[in-house]
Amino acid sequence: MPKLNVVKALNLALLQEMERDEDVLVMGEDVGVDGGVFRVTEDLHRKFGSKRVIDSPLAEAAIIGAGVGMALYGLRPVCEIQFSGFAFQCFHQIENHAARYRMRSQGRFSVPMVIRMPYGGGVRALEHHSESEEQFYAHIPGLKMVIPSGPRNARALLVSAIRDPDPVIFFEHKGLYHAAKEDVPDEIETMPIGRAQLVREGGDLTLIAYGAMLRLAREAAETLAEEDGVQADVIDLLTISPLDRETIVASVQKTGRAVVVHEAPRSFGPGAEIAASIMDGAFLSLEAPIARVASWDVPFPGFAREKANVPDLARVLAAARETLAF
Amino acid sequence: MPRTVLEPRFQVEHLSILDSDGNLDAALEPDLSAQDLTKLHRGMLLGRRLDERMIRLQRQGRIGTFAPIKGQEAAQVGAVSTLRPSDWMVPSFRETAAMLWRGWPIEKLLLLFAGYLEGGQPAPGQNDLPITIPVATQLPHAVGLAYAAQYRGDDAVVMAFCGDGATSEGDFHEALNFAGVWHVPVVFVVQNNQWAISVPLKKQTHSRTIAQKALAYGLPGLQVDGNDVLAVHVACREAVERARRGDGPTLIECVTYRLGVHTTADDPTKYRSVEEVEAWERKDPLTRFGVYLQKKNLLDEGLADAVDAEIAAAVERFEAFGAADALTMFEHAYAQRSPQLETQRAQLAAWLRDGTGANAPDTTVHPSPPMRGQRTTRR
Repeated sequence: MPKLNVVKALNLALLQEMERDEDVLVMGEDVGVDGGVFRVTEDLHRKFGSKRVIDSPLAEAAIIGAGVGMALYGLRPVCEIQFSGFAFQCFHQIENHAARYRMRSQGRFSVPMVIRMPYGGGVRALEHHSESEEQFYAHIPGLKMVIPSGPRNARALLVSAIRDPDPVIFFEHKGLYHAAKEDVPDEIETMPIGRAQLVREGGDLTLIAYGAMLRLAREAAETLAEEDGVQADVIDLLTISPLDRETIVASVQKTGRAVVVHEAPRSFGPGAEIAASIMDGAFLSLEAPIARVASWDVPFPGFAREKANVPDLARVLAAARETLAF
Repeated sequence: MPRTVLEPRFQVEHLSILDSDGNLDAALEPDLSAQDLTKLHRGMLLGRRLDERMIRLQRQGRIGTFAPIKGQEAAQVGAVSTLRPSDWMVPSFRETAAMLWRGWPIEKLLLLFAGYLEGGQPAPGQNDLPITIPVATQLPHAVGLAYAAQYRGDDAVVMAFCGDGATSEGDFHEALNFAGVWHVPVVFVVQNNQWAISVPLKKQTHSRTIAQKALAYGLPGLQVDGNDVLAVHVACREAVERARRGDGPTLIECVTYRLGVHTTADDPTKYRSVEEVEAWERKDPLTRFGVYLQKKNLLDEGLADAVDAEIAAAVERFEAFGAADALTMFEHAYAQRSPQLETQRAQLAAWLRDGTGANAPDTTVHPSPPMRGQRTTRR
């Protein structure tokens, strides 16, 4: 099995799905000749040509709107929005149309498209390049919202997203693109959308995270084991919506304590929905308030202040310890 | 009931006054004073030299990602030099030379690209909007500003910048349409630098020119040699005067070229040839204007050193700015902080002070009653 980083793993998923199904095509700004500004679509243009790997004019709304049209016709477009911060320029196409055609046409039409976007901080650029906006998409009925945490699940989830009969918003954390390599099998793998993974088993505490924040949760769990003698469950959500409440609730019923970590601002973020799900399913098991470690409720404050804004290991650890001491 | 011609054939003009070798069309030469001409030169050179310095600062990790302007100095300086300070300037994100002309201190620009939002704060009374990143989204703001100026009876003109890629965005067309319908005093300056990252103009639009897009919205559109500062200045002066006397909006397409990278995160060798870049280097706006000034005996040989000294002093002020105070991130989210933001600010303050409280639930301000099943191991 080759060791791939997230960029190469996503590229492999696109390549193999395009080889398998000629209805799959790629569209976006700079996805062709340039191979995407993060190189996720590298070489696809050379292999499949400009009819299947479309360097579109610079217009997010038309990329998604035309993608909806292609999907209505039966194609499976994989659209790239260059940074998630630019997707508000196509938000109406996503909310008004991609999410609704199945309902609007009472099942006659569907929109089997994937909308890929890099999200998250750590890139030392101006605003709209560093935000986390998963909560907006997770809130829209009709959409699925997926966020992988590493090369292998990124590849498998992208394959599943492409084959999914409904529109999938697929967030890729920029900090993970080159963060680590992992064995990714040559043969195509899929992963169920809507299922979280218990990636570490403990019993004293449940840490819930996704995307780049998963690494913090894992590191916090290791530190707690070493320094506090506490064993934590770590849940990698992988899909934000539909949320895998079952896995979360089963863990918290066991541990009685939960800490949710996300990069999006705290209020009305995924942490709130996760906390509500725990209240629904594990209320009588709770030993402490559910803690949320998240960015503050401020617009992106510039990367010079990013460290004080985005959760870090120290804040996750502090939250875990407060929860444990409650 | 035959088909009838409703519109006569549209004409789109191209204006060039100073060619790439510095040859002048004397009949079109503007009546600029020696002082005006040297000021234009200084503005262009300052833009160029700061750009080069910023690339070095970025490579050294002292500032973050930014969009260089090399090659587009004439398009920017030629355009904004037609504005009064009381007029409005609405930039996109590749207008360093225009912003410097409008009075943005160099150290502020450096601060912004170093991740400090302080750098994006216009001075009191400065009628410039901060940089806008999402492509073309600033253009409707320019139309709104122009409407408001007209509404208040001010004689201000609004000049908005965008690139060739922006002309594919809906906001560009919506802004032009509104400007035409409302007949407001706005000038749209498109810096057509041929490349939207890796996408060349011919894949951006099937129109022969960008200028002609204005015609569909009922406003004049003019194409100019964007590397000819005199042509840009003349075209924009005409448009600004038209706007100021109440005769409505104009679109100016400046045909220019991005000689450098899209941003410092870009690698243009992936998508365009060295030969193409070299061909445009021969059309450098600074070279031809230098030849023109030399013929007029207006070339100041010490200018580059003076500009470099100005930049060096500003870099020193930038580096003396000090570390970012994290708590100021709560200052400008709202006019008045909500109780919830007040709490979050206090939590971050405590966290930075002694490593406590950053993750305390928001109940610190409004304590909730104990939960059923709560353990007795309370702190």
